[in-house]
Amino acid sequence: MAWRLLKIGLSSRYPEPRMFRQPARLPKGADVVIIGAGGHGLACAYNLAKQHGIRRIAVLEKGYIGSGNTGRNTTIIRSNYLTPEGVRFYDRSVQLWRNLGPTLGLNLFYSTRGHYTLAHTDATLRTLRWRAEVNKHLGVDSRVVNPDEIARALPMMDMSAGGHAPIIGALYHAPGAVARHDAVAWGYARAADQLGVEIHQQTEVLGIDTRGGRISGLRTSGGNIATNCVVSAVAGYTPRVLRMAGLTSPIYVHPLQAMVSEPLKRWLDPIIVSGSLHVYVSQTARGELVMGASLDPRELHSTRSSREFMTDLAQHMLDLFPFLAGVKVNRQWAGLADMTPDFAPIMGRTPVDGFFLDAGWGTWGFKATPVAGETMAATVASNRNHELIQGFDWGRFERFELTGEKGAASVGH
Amino acid sequence: MKLIPCPLNGLRPADEFIYAGEVRHMPDPAQSTDADWARYVFHRSGVPGVKQEWWCHTPSGYWFIAERDTTTDEILRSYPAAQRKVEAS
Ligand SMILES: Cc1cc2nc3c(=O)[nH]c(=O)nc-3n(C[C@H](O)[C@H](O)[C@H](O)COP(=O)(O)OP(=O)(O)OC[C@H]3O[C@@H](n4cnc5c(N)ncnc54)[C@H](O)[C@@H]3O)c2cc1C
Repeated sequence: MAWRLLKIGLSSRYPEPRMFRQPARLPKGADVVIIGAGGHGLACAYNLAKQHGIRRIAVLEKGYIGSGNTGRNTTIIRSNYLTPEGVRFYDRSVQLWRNLGPTLGLNLFYSTRGHYTLAHTDATLRTLRWRAEVNKHLGVDSRVVNPDEIARALPMMDMSAGGHAPIIGALYHAPGAVARHDAVAWGYARAADQLGVEIHQQTEVLGIDTRGGRISGLRTSGGNIATNCVVSAVAGYTPRVLRMAGLTSPIYVHPLQAMVSEPLKRWLDPIIVSGSLHVYVSQTARGELVMGASLDPRELHSTRSSREFMTDLAQHMLDLFPFLAGVKVNRQWAGLADMTPDFAPIMGRTPVDGFFLDAGWGTWGFKATPVAGETMAATVASNRNHELIQGFDWGRFERFELTGEKGAASVGH
Repeated sequence: MKLIPCPLNGLRPADEFIYAGEVRHMPDPAQSTDADWARYVFHRSGVPGVKQEWWCHTPSGYWFIAERDTTTDEILRSYPAAQRKVEAS
């Protein structure tokens, strides 16, 4: 070990090959150009190449791979949503997640933990029952559990939540899981790269050209590229990219913050969410507690962190786990969440021919990475919205046909 | 804590305020098409910029307008609601 390190240290050559190529310059044209090398853009590129045999694909990224919300999220994966459209879609994603490591040839540290959504009020319990019934009906493993069962499973939790918000039940979802977010981006990037996809980092899209209502090309910081097909997968930057295409949408952007504690000996296996207390938490394989809360209260296009967020979240963590009082917070950070009025994404075709959207992922889109890649690629290849995303289409607002997912996605991302 | 300038109460801590979104022009419901109405109800100008926004100082129940840069979170000015400018878009 020491000898190998010394050899590597003295050599000028990098010991391992790079995971993906860094092409020198943009191609003049491409069959499909994807804006954004987060998990979603990369998964779409991979599926287009793998399942649909499209060869000339370029992914353009203004920063580096995974520098957006993919590398900032708290990685909760679950399918216990409220609407049948949501449950079917996220259930397909969980199925894909289970085999994703072997498919991409990379350890994604996918870890099934079980997931508790706590109820402190009758109103919450009612929504949890509703979710459990919809879930069961569609074959998803969710059930409402009573306080005795919760206390047995989580003996370290204060069931009275500091005396002011007693826990009266929970939704238990056994498939709830976490995964290593960076690895997901790298795994898709490498697999796409091996299939010939060109990933251009440090390349910002600055303008979108259309001719007769159709996409004709992109202007970027690295030059122009001709194409008839563009997929926008830029999460918190979606309104800016839509403006380049002359479109507006219901998407609005608020920061979502998170923080992580110093590593602790393993004590928490499942994922815990409390909407009323605005807190959710899981423990990583390294022992850190990954903690999050609800969205920041106002529109802001900045990934700054705030002190109020940290103190409020710490306070609510202590309501549930008073023994953590001496534990230190190591880091906090933020991402830009692309929110929609119904807490469901906006996917598929848009009013501009050849311009496809994968957005509205707000605080809940990491878990959708594999299924979004699969369904967006199929949508682009056939120019027809995939069956699983029909409830998420661009036109639903104009038809006043929302896919109301707020009851399952507002705090428990 | 961040301080917010209230036209009635002066500089006050941010947690005394609620934010209620951008000032927007409501089209006449009797005159507008369903599509225009849907656009008014759901669409937002999601791009960053200086925006005219509704704010309320909750302890005094006072609603007012603030102009805020949504890239930096800086409030540039605030004034009574009667002085707002609403343009049809
Ligand atoms: C703190 C936090 C916690 C979260 N927790 C969870 C969770 O527990 N579970 C869950 O399922 N989801 C969670 N989410 C949501 C999830 O992270 C996102 O929905 C998801 O990662 C979006 O992935 P993406 O690939 O669409 O976007 P991103 O990963 O944000 O990628 C978009 C990319 O586009 C690039 N880009 C933007 N504009 C341009 C341009 N003009 N030109 C070129 N490139 C551009 C950006 O640099 C970025 O890399 C959380 C989000 C945050 C912020």
